[in-house]
Amino acid sequence: MATAQGGRLVRDNAQTGDAWFHLLLAAMAAAVPLVIGTMVVALLVAAWPAMQRFAARFLITSTWDPVANQFGVLPFVYGTVVSSALALLIAVPLGLGVSIFLSELVPGWLRTPISFLVELLAAIPSVVIGLWGIFVLVPWVRTAAEPALQASLGFLPLFRGPPLGVGMLTAGLILSVMVVPFVVAVSTAVMRAVPTAQREAAQALGATRWETTRTAVLPYARSGILGAIFLALARALGETMAVTMVIGNVPQIRASLFAPAYTIPAVIANEFAEATGDLYVAALVYAGLVLLVVTVAMNALARLLVNRVVQGPSLIAE
Amino acid sequence: MDTRYRWRRSMDQGMTLVCLLCTVLVLTPLALVLAFLAQTGLSALNWDFFTKLPGAAGEPGGGMANAITGTLTLIGLAGCLGIPIGVLGGTFLSEYPQTQVSRISRFAADVMNGIPSIVMGLFAYVLIVLPLRHFSALAGGVALGVMLIPTVMRTTEEVVRLVPQSVREAALALGIPQWKTTLRVVLPTATAGIVTGIMVALARIAGETAPLLFTAFGNRFWNRSILQPIAALPLQIFAYAISPFDDWHRQAWAGALVLVAIVLVVNTLARYATSRQVRLR
Repeated sequence: MATAQGGRLVRDNAQTGDAWFHLLLAAMAAAVPLVIGTMVVALLVAAWPAMQRFAARFLITSTWDPVANQFGVLPFVYGTVVSSALALLIAVPLGLGVSIFLSELVPGWLRTPISFLVELLAAIPSVVIGLWGIFVLVPWVRTAAEPALQASLGFLPLFRGPPLGVGMLTAGLILSVMVVPFVVAVSTAVMRAVPTAQREAAQALGATRWETTRTAVLPYARSGILGAIFLALARALGETMAVTMVIGNVPQIRASLFAPAYTIPAVIANEFAEATGDLYVAALVYAGLVLLVVTVAMNALARLLVNRVVQGPSLIAE
Repeated sequence: MDTRYRWRRSMDQGMTLVCLLCTVLVLTPLALVLAFLAQTGLSALNWDFFTKLPGAAGEPGGGMANAITGTLTLIGLAGCLGIPIGVLGGTFLSEYPQTQVSRISRFAADVMNGIPSIVMGLFAYVLIVLPLRHFSALAGGVALGVMLIPTVMRTTEEVVRLVPQSVREAALALGIPQWKTTLRVVLPTATAGIVTGIMVALARIAGETAPLLFTAFGNRFWNRSILQPIAALPLQIFAYAISPFDDWHRQAWAGALVLVAIVLVVNTLARYATSRQVRLR
């Protein structure tokens, strides 16, 4: 090629340059799916001893005894699921309210500052929220929220037992603070992607703003909102630090929301660095692998749902 | 009919009020956290905090100098891994948007963004700590760097896509090969946006704790090598917050204030930079 004539040489260089460049960029982009794949394989290998020994029993038994090499994560699964469900119960209605406010009701000049503040809430590190949880939220829950709940709804098993402050209820509260920005961000984007013609049609029929939202915007955005909920759920399931700091870290299954509990991310955070013995480490990695598979599945589902309403950025611009 | 209309109107106003209340309620924790941080953190901040090593357990005094440099080191290591892959990958997504690789990578980046940070820690542990047999700054950097990739990639994609098609066509019309067009014309045009995206992503990982617990591990002294455990601000805040000592609680608040100040400043600057860019367009 070096012996070719001048013009040809330039063109060839340009073409091979393009080909190499394309390959380099493609390799970088492909790194992401490769990393996810490597992650699953690496965790599988590390968790293998525990997977072989316990298989599915791991998920449905409750004995967590590192000394006796018995590992069952049911209480952790329970804690993770219940605290996340509690968080969504609080965060989804609130977040949808904010999204409707931001996309349908708010005057334009207020939209940017409010959405910026919500983004800021998402940007505050988990450990800082946890610190605030320990020293502000936990005392408040112990002295104000739990006694009040007990006095009014104490006949339900959910609100029995001594008000400790640390426990499932506080974890759910703090998780709701942490996932609400995700509900808001995604569902606002989804609602704003609803074509204006939909709203105008409803308004032309004499609908008020709320009726427009209820009959034109929300149904159109439904699958995207569902996606936002799944996204928030995945966040809640995997959230570690703030929950670890307020949930009490006791592996037990209790009906009361006041009782301390434990979650999968919390047990990994607390015990992994000190775990001795291959089976112990493998069991913790196994728990992490379960978490990984569940959150990846939820995120994939959420993205598919959201993409049905909001297309890629290039399509929005058109 | 009239009562019906009145009912519909009050429903409209009622729901507006409910949505407004939701917004206030959602922003209340933010205000509370910031208020407590300012109140408790400011009084605990002093010169020692920035210049001294942590004191012995339970003794008042000492600072987080090693944790601050540790966090900077970890961010640097993470940047070395995450920024090149993120920027080049993002450029690919924007310049070759319809290829199969792009579609899969874009989706995978969104999914990866939602993988719990503690799992990233497990990944780095299996990948780096297990073969090297001890906790290290390198492992922490890898855990954070991997988290950096999807965010940097997606923001880069969006910013590079904003570069007008005519700029590319002008360069290509001059006979400049495509790779040179991308590197010397398109990317420089988008630099401000790319840097902004990187800054926000770095600020985000600066506060990550979970992936560092069993990779960087923390260190009470100065770190001498990237193959040794290293301290980090979030790790120190966590350790101090759950300790039984009042002075350590105080220092945890100070550390949290520093961390949040960094995040706030970077995010506000980024907001300002992007709004200006949009206006210029």
